[in-house]
Amino acid sequence: MIELSRQPLLKAENLSKSFGGIHAVREVSFAVARGQIKGIIGPNGAGKTTLFNLITGFYAADAGAIYFNGRSLNNLVPHQVAERGVARTFQNVELFDRMTVLENVMVGRHPKTRAGFISAAFSLSKARKEESGIRDKAMEILNFIGLSERAADPSTSLPFGFQRVLEIGRALATDPLLLLLDEPASGLNAGETRELGRLIGRIRDKGITVVLVEHDMSLTMEVCDEILVMDYGRTLAEGSPREIQQDPEVIAAYLGEEPFA
Amino acid sequence: MDLSNQILQYIISGITNGAIYAVIALGFTIIYNSTEVINFAQGEFVMLGGMAVIALDSMTNLPLGFSFLLAVLAVTLVGLALERFTIRPAKSSDPIALIIITVGASIFLRGVAMMFWGKDSLGLRPFTGSTPIHLGGATLVPQSLWVLGVTVMVMAALQFFYKRTITGKAMRACAFNRRAAGLVGIGVNRMVLVSFGLSAAIGAAAGIVVVPITLCGYDVGIMLGLKGFCAAVLGGLGSSPGSILGGFLLGVLEALGAGLISSGFKDAIAFFVLLLVLFIRPSGLLGSKEVKRF
Amino acid sequence: MSRFLGYKSVQVGSFGLLLALVPVVVTNRYYLNVLIFIGIHTLLVVGLNLLMGYAGQISLGHAAFFGLGAYTSGILTATYKLSPWPAMVIAVVLTVAVALLVGVPALKLSGYYLAMATLGFGIIVYIFFKELVWLTGGPSGLVGIPKLSIGNVVLDEPKTYYFLVWAITLGAIALSLNIVDSRVGRALRAIHDSEPAARASGIYTARLKIWVFVVSAVYASVAGSLYAHFITFISPSSFDFMFSIKLVTMVVVGGMASIWGAVFGAATLTVLPEVLAVFHDFDIVIFGLILMVVMIFMPQGLTRGALDLWEKYRLQRDVAGESLSGG
Repeated sequence: MIELSRQPLLKAENLSKSFGGIHAVREVSFAVARGQIKGIIGPNGAGKTTLFNLITGFYAADAGAIYFNGRSLNNLVPHQVAERGVARTFQNVELFDRMTVLENVMVGRHPKTRAGFISAAFSLSKARKEESGIRDKAMEILNFIGLSERAADPSTSLPFGFQRVLEIGRALATDPLLLLLDEPASGLNAGETRELGRLIGRIRDKGITVVLVEHDMSLTMEVCDEILVMDYGRTLAEGSPREIQQDPEVIAAYLGEEPFA
Repeated sequence: MDLSNQILQYIISGITNGAIYAVIALGFTIIYNSTEVINFAQGEFVMLGGMAVIALDSMTNLPLGFSFLLAVLAVTLVGLALERFTIRPAKSSDPIALIIITVGASIFLRGVAMMFWGKDSLGLRPFTGSTPIHLGGATLVPQSLWVLGVTVMVMAALQFFYKRTITGKAMRACAFNRRAAGLVGIGVNRMVLVSFGLSAAIGAAAGIVVVPITLCGYDVGIMLGLKGFCAAVLGGLGSSPGSILGGFLLGVLEALGAGLISSGFKDAIAFFVLLLVLFIRPSGLLGSKEVKRF
Repeated sequence: MSRFLGYKSVQVGSFGLLLALVPVVVTNRYYLNVLIFIGIHTLLVVGLNLLMGYAGQISLGHAAFFGLGAYTSGILTATYKLSPWPAMVIAVVLTVAVALLVGVPALKLSGYYLAMATLGFGIIVYIFFKELVWLTGGPSGLVGIPKLSIGNVVLDEPKTYYFLVWAITLGAIALSLNIVDSRVGRALRAIHDSEPAARASGIYTARLKIWVFVVSAVYASVAGSLYAHFITFISPSSFDFMFSIKLVTMVVVGGMASIWGAVFGAATLTVLPEVLAVFHDFDIVIFGLILMVVMIFMPQGLTRGALDLWEKYRLQRDVAGESLSGG
């Protein structure tokens, strides 16, 4: 057991994925320690989102291995990865548009609950009990992310910043060990981004490990313990925010983009 | 007739039908590539082409070639109208809404055809005589040569259009990446319109050229559409060479199956091929496009 | 929560009461027959709506499952003299097997494949009904299907059959209301709204889609058995492509993702052709127009769309009123 807790929570070894001759991810290796907030940065097209899609089973890797909590994630499909305790958000915010705010989070309880067609259809008492548990848990999460007042509103009625937060709430509802955030700050203003940074800190305080992919660096530098820099599908550098800021290769890759402005 | 001659005969008739399936499959492919919509009214273009040429030929004294062109033109207009008045104004890009809209269009066109031409199947004289041509131990009606000729012409014209004309190149760009095409100034809406027109035109041509062999009724569109789709999936949805290969392959398989097993269930063969492809290799024979969703 | 559950049972209860009272007023056999047809169609449409309206997958061949139920019941009872209730169960089992055979490969892919696969499937099953003359009686149909009975009571009067059909349909409505308002129902709607997000939330979308496809096929099969024992004579033309399209139209008119809408859609499109002569001559043109117009302008379906429009109008009116009083 001691061994297990010393192991990294997530470990990728020589991951590669290409699409029609274009190497989106090339021999990338990295590890995420338990309780860490890890940032993955890099310019557009560096392979960050592809990396997420490989971890969460949306893509199958061409080569390499992924270990989560000591077990391989290779050959798993997305819902199985979610059941193992990996939750994610999407770059373009994928909410369930025809549901309320509360229902969106309730869907997130899916992997932790069991009721099927039959017990739902006949509204068996165990299904009813489970349903009220789902509702309570979802309300608890809405409280945590600060959206409980909007519980009954359609999710599309939320301003964009809150939609991002709601998506994080839905991911939290799966009780993840690891939360993957895909460009959570994109489309947010400076105030919202600061707010998001605080939320990410509180999520980590609950014991959830966080990996976030970001295009711009302000949020990443502020909240992350460790950063992985990618460029053209490869690992460019890895280290603490301070080390990354001083890394000559990173500076060269970002030349003219003023990454740390 | 011995068995090998019989099989040769089946293959010849299979190739003739296969040519039609190939053209219908191309019609699906053209629209799918520019919109990712499967047009369930595709078969109706074929039916309308056949019905229109029959009407023109029986009501006017125009030369057949002229009726051919007029019928293609008329169906092209129907295709353009379908896009302009049903697909474009659609508020939702939800596949289920688009499926239902094109299904609605399909049975609407079917109903209109029934009102115009009644429920009976109609025929047309062959383009050039009906003396069978002997080919080894099998025979071939001259109209089959017309079918193959027109199919080859349609394919060549499409190839020319895609490779040599600005509009064609723009459409290929759209198929490759719609958003990027829009960003470089290609009118994506216009390309979608063109794809419906083009798809209707080649569907109509197929319908016209095959009428003298198979007859045409208001209700033939659905089955033809289904078989064309089956051919497109067999070859690999979205791939033009795949559509052509799939069409001919399906035609021959169907003819052999109908001849050697049972003709009553001829129409079921295409469907079983479709299910089999979906089970074993959903990307089809020549399709390799990854499912591009996350 | 309990308030909502109560709300649901009040809805079902009052609708049931209304249905129970109808035969007190309506004694005319023809009207009762129409009501029985509405019940059978409602059963079909409620099932189809679970698939279409909630999960966002479409079946263009649902008449085939209806036909499988009807023919299995018909053949087993008329030809092989089996008693109707076990026959109905066998019909359901057979339908499940066939639905799995078609659904498993088709549902792995996008909705277009399922639509086309079910379209083809519907046509093929129709061909089988017509061509397997030794089994089905072919185009001229199958005769001599017995009436249903419960215990020693034969349900040969429209009034008694009305109660049976609507009891089953009402049960199906209640079950469906429970399903859509549950973990499974939310998962179905999640698939419709965003399949990637549904999968990332731990939903095994491929299996759930197959489940709902099978469930809707089972509803259709039961409806088919009820139909066969009601009219005691079946022929392939009742299960053709156009009937599948009519069912889709009923869903579209009633509204996507609305169980009560399904009742409305089924009732409207069962009654209208009986009263309006235009439907007789031009039915496919009219069904085509309804499908196109509704889905272009109100993709949520006619009833939902009309409600949304009304809501929008009221909001605008209120805003206009406020600005008037404010100025």
